[in-house]
Amino acid sequence: MKVTAQPAADSLTLLLDGELDASSAIVLDTELAKPEILTYRKVLVDCAKLSYISSAGLGVFISHLQPLQDKDVKLVFFNMQEKVFNVFEILGLDALMTIVPTQAEAVAA
Amino acid sequence: MKSALHIACSRQNLQQVRDFVRGHLDGHGFADVAINQVVLAVDEVVANFVIHANEEDESQFLDLTLGLEDRLLEIEIVDQGDTIFLPNPTAVAPDLRESIKQSRKGGMGMVLVNRLMDRVEFFARDNHTVCHLSKTLR
Repeated sequence: MKVTAQPAADSLTLLLDGELDASSAIVLDTELAKPEILTYRKVLVDCAKLSYISSAGLGVFISHLQPLQDKDVKLVFFNMQEKVFNVFEILGLDALMTIVPTQAEAVAA
Repeated sequence: MKSALHIACSRQNLQQVRDFVRGHLDGHGFADVAINQVVLAVDEVVANFVIHANEEDESQFLDLTLGLEDRLLEIEIVDQGDTIFLPNPTAVAPDLRESIKQSRKGGMGMVLVNRLMDRVEFFARDNHTVCHLSKTLR
């Protein structure tokens, strides 16, 4: 699992590449726990190359959502593969998180 | 068709488990989403055995057996450790709004397993914990 951070003026894009499981979730957790993340208006998560997510990966997003919301930082997922979106859907997380099809929609969200 | 895998209790081996399940199901015409659902269910059970039952003790081992006949998939996961670990297979889904408010990470693994598979059973056999999963793939 590789996480690449691409900072812009008021947003941070995180490119996820690989499989997010109980072994690799710590990589993402470390990235989302950085204090500077709360200085952006938006965190955009590019899931194009995210090929797998388990409950441990979902747990990382769930645990960081409230601290981000408390600081008015919007978390937006885009480019999500169908099989990954399906996992969010099974738990009903698609209704609690912002998931849009494209980068343009994520920027506009 | 049957396949078997023997792994040490390390979370580093979860990738190997997923590759094993995918390797068994690829090439049968099953949808990518359906294969991923089975991979996820097995990954969640194995992660529970590795992390919670065996506390990542790499001197402990798990044995996985997968059998596919027509569209019926049967999976057996045996924890060779001596701790009997029987998670509640009817685990109630956590209130996710509450999980978000409290920044709580866990509690979703077994809920996923129950929603993804047709049948989920945990039981003790010869002093070891056994998990049986089955699903008719479409």
